Amino acid sequence: MDNEKLKEKIVTLVPEAQQEENPQFLTLVVPPEKLKVLMPHLIEEKELDFDYLFCLSGVDWGEELGVVYHLTSTRHNHSVEIKVKTENRENPEFDTVSDLWKSADFFEREVWDLYGIRFKGHPDMRRIFLEESWVGYPMRKDYTDDVNIIEL
Amino acid sequence: MKEVVNLPVDSIEREEYHINMGPQHPSTHGVLRLVVTLQGEIVKKVQPHCGYIHRGIEKMCEKDTYQQIIHLTDRMDYLSAHINNHAVCLLVEGALQVEVPERVVYIRTILDELNRIASHQLWWSSFGMDLGGLTCFFYGLRDREKILDIFEESFGSRLLHSYYLPGGLMQDIHPNFQNRVKEFIKYNRRKIKDYDRILSGNIIFLERSQDVGVMSKELAINYGVNGPSGRGSGWACDIRKKYPYAAYEKVEFNEVLRTEGDTYARYMVRMQEIRESMNIIEQLIDNIPEGDFSVKMKPIIKLPAGEYYQRVESARGELGVYCISDGNKTPFRMKFRTPSFVNLGVLDTISREMKIADLVAIGASLDLVIPDIDR
Repeated sequence: MDNEKLKEKIVTLVPEAQQEENPQFLTLVVPPEKLKVLMPHLIEEKELDFDYLFCLSGVDWGEELGVVYHLTSTRHNHSVEIKVKTENRENPEFDTVSDLWKSADFFEREVWDLYGIRFKGHPDMRRIFLEESWVGYPMRKDYTDDVNIIEL
Repeated sequence: MKEVVNLPVDSIEREEYHINMGPQHPSTHGVLRLVVTLQGEIVKKVQPHCGYIHRGIEKMCEKDTYQQIIHLTDRMDYLSAHINNHAVCLLVEGALQVEVPERVVYIRTILDELNRIASHQLWWSSFGMDLGGLTCFFYGLRDREKILDIFEESFGSRLLHSYYLPGGLMQDIHPNFQNRVKEFIKYNRRKIKDYDRILSGNIIFLERSQDVGVMSKELAINYGVNGPSGRGSGWACDIRKKYPYAAYEKVEFNEVLRTEGDTYARYMVRMQEIRESMNIIEQLIDNIPEGDFSVKMKPIIKLPAGEYYQRVESARGELGVYCISDGNKTPFRMKFRTPSFVNLGVLDTISREMKIADLVAIGASLDLVIPDIDR
């Protein structure tokens, strides 16, 4: 399916989806509460069939925190980039996709560890790299650490 | 304390207990700790604990210029340093729409493949060692040394090269380079037959690896396990074929696929890939075009604001670099989708109900590099 058709298809599933300019992938920003509606469709519908989640990244845009999902279909060879954003920096939370794509399990733990974004329904929401006693989330833009980060 | 005197015999076997494998275990090849839940000798669950060598490379990237980032990528997967460098170089060149000279493209492809051979040889050595065949270790490292010598002669470093730059190479190749590579290929073609004689048909090895840690194609895709491990399950996921970069469009090579999905299939894929890599090098080594080894780039590289994703096929699978730029000299966000991190995820699922000795074989067959997991 080409990007235009993909966009049409996803917009019928989630009417609030907004396209962002990106020459490489079709990029759509969806509201966080719609993630639970959209994601099962992406993997289960035969003509979409996004069976391979190849990258999941947490991003701190300054005011908003969010997650970027890179999906591709091994059968149809089309790709899509889904973004979710939230302005809640105190207690950000999205629905997990680790029940659909198992590769998301570790990715989501990494995002929780470094960005402090919780994933609702994740089976094992622990920090993956840092100790449980670590204070703060190091990849956030407002994170400061006078001991471990040397500013030049 | 638990009463153990009057327990029926089978209840001790039913009891589950945990042991820590690592962070200093020789078969994890680095500082990875696996908390293994055992029932007798049967593995019930494997919980990996990472982070012993977490250096925050992604955070460091946000403070560094693109030339400096090249040096950090070496330290992720130190066995395919050239390929990691290549990913960042392609990302920057793609974003700035810089055409690098044909000479650079050829040299990069040859070095990538040499690096892949070196990595697979080291993997072969340690895989054999993990399964109790110490001879492999000496044979594999002896032949890998030849590649490292070529690297050393050409650009002075053996492991962490940082030889690629955005726009080209650090310096031109050594005049001896082509001859030495051709000599090596000739030598290696002979030696790889020895590898097969030692391990590939060895009955003890077959017993240890066949039908151990079977991963179906669907499982591999769902877990995102690609690279030689995924191709052992029949998933055609070679980035060099699917999204060709560098000179891979100009050469003929086969994507090695096996359908069994067990440890032995993953082993055979890597052995065959060494041969394919040698084929690629042979097609290119005599045809390196004359020209510059670099194009002139600005000393301070600023990517146009936007998002970029670049993938390359490293020795372990798809290495993805996701970069968000806001137009400054440092990236706003740099994410490395490293193959070992993703491949580690499947270890628990495929090693359940196997013996603990098989866990060593499965872990080794996934070819995990710990700094690549932790970043």
